[in-house]
Amino acid sequence: MPKRALNIVSSAYRATLEEQDDTVLWLLHTMRAAGAELDVVLQDNAVNYAARGQDASGLSVGGRRQTHPPRLDEDVSRLAGTGVQVFVVEDDLAERGLDRSDLVDGVTTIARKEIAPLCARYAYVWRW
Amino acid sequence: MNEKKELTFVIMDAPYESARTTTAFRLLDAAVRRGFDVNVFAYEGAVGLPSVRQAPHANAVHGRDVVEEDHPNPKDAVTALIEAAHKRGSRLDWVQCGLCVDERGVSEWVAGPRRGSPADLVTFVARSDNVLVIPTR
Repeated sequence: MPKRALNIVSSAYRATLEEQDDTVLWLLHTMRAAGAELDVVLQDNAVNYAARGQDASGLSVGGRRQTHPPRLDEDVSRLAGTGVQVFVVEDDLAERGLDRSDLVDGVTTIARKEIAPLCARYAYVWRW
Repeated sequence: MNEKKELTFVIMDAPYESARTTTAFRLLDAAVRRGFDVNVFAYEGAVGLPSVRQAPHANAVHGRDVVEEDHPNPKDAVTALIEAAHKRGSRLDWVQCGLCVDERGVSEWVAGPRRGSPADLVTFVARSDNVLVIPTR
């Protein structure tokens, strides 16, 4: 049985317009497709990845328009749909004026104090 | 006498590493659209932005092939900005720090950028109306 890894994602919006997605979520999605057992905690600024209705469209540089801006909320939903549990830290949501009703379906909110016991359930804990 | 206002931007971040690169491109775009002459001093990882070897890719996670994904390479943004400046009768002088280029082995660029040194930055600063440094962190 594969060992399960918990991925704590804190860094957010690092180069998402250039990449047209988040490279860590992309990597986890691809690893999951290859058979990895993974779950995710969205923490700090990364909690906003789960906020519904983000719109990063409209970028144009020198007249060249971006046709596929990142759609991070959809990427989170898609990842959750592959059997990856996506946890979102409630305390970090509250600090940013967000709550559960702002988030896409399929994610689970947890309190910051629940992260440490959650880590104990995994063979690996990877912080991104 | 040159009536145009002139701005200099110093940029440092490598491609695909930071949102600061997109911000820098947006500021350069605004400066060009408003008719400024623009200087760019690309330092450290930013010398990779005009690298001609960048290639777009498909995105299996999004279910799009290479054409559908239309992945933006920063070299195309550099080219588009230089062409946009030229169409407006302005100048976008993009200088690549030569030592940074050598360290990273990124010596092949799209048309427009030129190899230079901190002496070019001194010249830019002396003749510019303002200078903005967008540093890496």
